[in-house]
Amino acid sequence: MTRPPERTVERRAFVAKLMSCIPDALVVTGLGAPTYDVFAAGDRDRNFYLWGAMGGATPMGLGLALAQPSKPVVVVTGDGEQLMGLGSLATVGAQRPPNLTIVVLDNGHYGETGMQASHTRRGTDLVVVAKGCGVEDAFAVDTLQGADEIARRVSARRGPTLACVRIDANEPPRALPSRDGVFLKDRFRAALGLKAP
Amino acid sequence: MDTTVAAWQEEIWQALKRAGVRQVAYVPDAGHAHLIRRAQSDPGVRAIVLTTEEEGVALAAGAWLGGERAVLLMQSSGVGNCVNMFSLLASGAFPFVALVTMRGEHEEFNPWQEPMGRAAQGAMEIMGVAVRRASDADRVKAIVEEALEAAFGSGERVAVLLSQSLLGRKEWVRK
Repeated sequence: MTRPPERTVERRAFVAKLMSCIPDALVVTGLGAPTYDVFAAGDRDRNFYLWGAMGGATPMGLGLALAQPSKPVVVVTGDGEQLMGLGSLATVGAQRPPNLTIVVLDNGHYGETGMQASHTRRGTDLVVVAKGCGVEDAFAVDTLQGADEIARRVSARRGPTLACVRIDANEPPRALPSRDGVFLKDRFRAALGLKAP
Repeated sequence: MDTTVAAWQEEIWQALKRAGVRQVAYVPDAGHAHLIRRAQSDPGVRAIVLTTEEEGVALAAGAWLGGERAVLLMQSSGVGNCVNMFSLLASGAFPFVALVTMRGEHEEFNPWQEPMGRAAQGAMEIMGVAVRRASDADRVKAIVEEALEAAFGSGERVAVLLSQSLLGRKEWVRK
């Protein structure tokens, strides 16, 4: 098993800082703790929280980024969720949407199911995977200041970008957003001035 | 490769254009080759090659979240890959259109296509995707138009299964 990273950052503090730096971004969250982290940072109409559809956060962010090229789109997900949709990094690499930033909160574990070690603790490096998929602007961060670096990329819209955030394998108190997908979809679209069909 | 284009294949493309589809996601299939070429060469449409069909389900939901219309092109073997991701469409009541070329039925040479071919319609239906079958070349246009209207006009989830008999036998020996 690969050793745990030498330095990590606390997930809630990191996500809170990142979200405060990107008020205009359209955000899709991967199921489990990333959904709770983003909600805990403050609910926004322009957040779409996934409660399922594992592996779908990045391709959903891609469809959104292509539809809204003038706005920054940020996917905030976990290592397990991204691993289930690993191929979607190749799909992003093929499309190269400049306004898409994927933030993987990597604790090397499946936190929602009992903290079983994931592949990122067993040899998979998502930064290397992303680069290999043509997402050349891929990097790891392990400090709170890393949130500023990601926020600069988000604003610049010269991606696609993948940031792998080495976080603690802890479980902060749950912060649970609405589980009503229709409500979340409708308010997101309303915030963009879009109507129901 | 057979490069002749059946009239119904161009009619589907024209229907997608009239419906304002901007994102065409696909895992390639010979039966969709014309649509894929059209999508790739149209500056108003984004052609998105996927590594697996379920990406296209999530992508279509993301496109709708951002105000664009997407369709997913695949063959019947891809339906099984989508099953859990269909819960995103159901949970968010996202409009959705898939165009599915069928394998494992008419003059199928490869028996490995048959299990998923037989299950494709049921797999869609148990996950809440309505299925319309197009077997007659003269009816393809109307069925696809109805599916696009049901999805983008009424918010439904629809798959059009394009019968293998429309496409003919796959050539197994390269000339």
